[in-house]
Amino acid sequence: MNAIDKKLFDAAETELLRFTTAGSVDDGKSTLIGRLLVDTKGVFEDQLDAAKSVEDKKGAKGAHLALLTDGLQAEREQGITIDVAYRYFATPKRKFIIADTPGHEQYTRNMVTGASTAHLAIILIDARKGVLTQSRRHAYISRLLGIPHIVVAINKMDLVNYSQEVFDKIRQDFSDFHTKLGLAGGDITFIPISALEGDMVVARGDNMPWHEGPTLLEKLESAPVTGKINAEDFRFPVQYVSRPQTEELHDFRGYMGRIESGSVKVGDAITVLPSGLTSRIKEIVTFEGNLQQAYAPMSVTLTLEDERDISRGDMLVHTDNQPRVEKELSAMLCWMHETPMQPGKKYLIKHAATTVKAMVTALDERVDINTLERIPSPPELKINEIGKVNLKLLKPIACDAYAQNRATGGFIVIDDFTNMTVGAGMIQ
Amino acid sequence: MTKATLTHLQTLEAESIHIMREVVAEFRNPVMLYSIGKDSSVMLHLARKAFAPGPLPFSLLHVDTGYKFKEMYEFRDWYTKEIGAKLIVHRNEEAIAQGAHPLKLGVARCCGALKTKALLDALEAGGYDAAMGGARRDEERSRAKERIFSFRDEFGQWDPKNQRPELWDLYNCRIHEGESIRVFPISNWTEMDIWQYIKLENIPIVPLYYAKERQMVKRGNMLIPADDAGNLKEGEVPESVMCRFRTLGCSPCTGAVYSSANTIEEIVAESAIATRSERETRIIDHGSNSMEDKKKEGYF
Repeated sequence: MNAIDKKLFDAAETELLRFTTAGSVDDGKSTLIGRLLVDTKGVFEDQLDAAKSVEDKKGAKGAHLALLTDGLQAEREQGITIDVAYRYFATPKRKFIIADTPGHEQYTRNMVTGASTAHLAIILIDARKGVLTQSRRHAYISRLLGIPHIVVAINKMDLVNYSQEVFDKIRQDFSDFHTKLGLAGGDITFIPISALEGDMVVARGDNMPWHEGPTLLEKLESAPVTGKINAEDFRFPVQYVSRPQTEELHDFRGYMGRIESGSVKVGDAITVLPSGLTSRIKEIVTFEGNLQQAYAPMSVTLTLEDERDISRGDMLVHTDNQPRVEKELSAMLCWMHETPMQPGKKYLIKHAATTVKAMVTALDERVDINTLERIPSPPELKINEIGKVNLKLLKPIACDAYAQNRATGGFIVIDDFTNMTVGAGMIQ
Repeated sequence: MTKATLTHLQTLEAESIHIMREVVAEFRNPVMLYSIGKDSSVMLHLARKAFAPGPLPFSLLHVDTGYKFKEMYEFRDWYTKEIGAKLIVHRNEEAIAQGAHPLKLGVARCCGALKTKALLDALEAGGYDAAMGGARRDEERSRAKERIFSFRDEFGQWDPKNQRPELWDLYNCRIHEGESIRVFPISNWTEMDIWQYIKLENIPIVPLYYAKERQMVKRGNMLIPADDAGNLKEGEVPESVMCRFRTLGCSPCTGAVYSSANTIEEIVAESAIATRSERETRIIDHGSNSMEDKKKEGYF
């Protein structure tokens, strides 16, 4: 079997890894993504030609790599990235989705967005500058959003003569502050790279024989993708109740949703939250036929042994493994709108498949994401700020701490007058 | 139980199904845009999976320019009937009666009248508050930045600089009267994913995707179908070419590629080694910013 046939043969069996890239304007983030796309053939010749023709006009070496990722007119005009962009590439081992988040404008808002779905974060550091304030921000947000794998890519090694001393010092500095800030633990990998020249990105190159760890791509191909899903606790938010009422399905009542975490089998004893009603799983229905068991993140339809009053927003869980059911929550909140968040104001929160009215009863503290200093009792939370709040809900919801379960611990905040998404929260 | 992992196609499938169920649960009157192409075929297949064993809880809307290939109309009528879907066809009859044609009006004006205006009129006529479409983020650079649930103002327009943040799989579906959301359930699929999935699931597609000898004219580096004399410019002479289509649009504006791939396996193999993007065969994308500009005006 030749290489292409092999790739095709395996393609249906490859996994999907989602990662986010964080870095500032000059860290070479766009160049790195361009390099990954070009070296894994994730970009087509006509797209490359288009980028190269612009590069020829501007004249900067390697600029076409960065130009590949510019999306909107204003971005190309200003040479900046405005919004989160999603990129795709594949190797014979895996498929990848990159959430490419801009380094400056609306920095926190965009990085939090990109991080929310990522298995892995690449934090870029310029080898000439070392660990900067922004590196702390990146590390803090990656940890706050519960990204299981962090890669610190020390870029522009070509500009420091591929020096191992420079790399070692930055690694030490990063590890020191990481420990000091209580962020230690988890999977952190340090990789020296040159996105411009290509060293240690896809190919190892000849310039850093002293680096024995993985290349960036090797790390991306080997980090476990199960990390962000909680495999223990079965959580099934009911999205939609199916009652086709056709002749052959006259009495069918199916609960449609996605298994957000854990797994479920026919016959399992379940509890409906928040009502507390109980039953057993009768069938796991799919288009292809019924299954005996199913697991996250599959979208399935469940039927129960008993007729129960269940509607959208309810959550099915194992009777012997239940989440909290709460009307008052403590959460870390990232604010995303120009109009600041003020304690006492009412909002809507969307959590799993339910939307509920909520009031912010207290703003305990704000985290300065540059120094990680905690400022007690601020008057409000401005755009791109992160703080700890207490919320009172109109109705109770079934939830877990975000650190235990991303799917049942995260929520978005919606302004019920403008309908804008104004914040993102992580239940504590 | 052992820790199990889904393959990338299963992961994408589960995500798309989750998105469609959110749409049906949260919107009053959703519709699915159906363009007959391979992406629409995959999206429709996913919709059937999402709502099985019940029927599709929404109609399909085909915005027809009148310039689609004959094989596309035949396929549309056969397949929608086969699966029992309700199909609505909307055309800008006024512009069609006036003889709108890309060679006469120019591509931008023709698309504006027959696609964008027709789509906006159809959505208004149906009173739809959500329209699902089969666009993918890997297709075009402005699409890489569009949300899965993409807000449109009361004029159906997209404002790329004022998009709602989209986190986790929590989609904000709230709108005011007159506003709407375009939803792209296969945003995260790539062209390769689409072909692999069509193969894996045996999804029927329009025969134009398979190679055969067709009457074409060569225009620059493009192959333009010659079955309609109106597509030809003066002096152009059709010739028989072994080719197929990577994407399907209107016949005057859709180019073919040289290919002898006439099985799904061969198409997947060809996609795996393709060095040019599929949108290159769409005349309408050429010229800077065209997709972004069109989307701002309300194009899907």
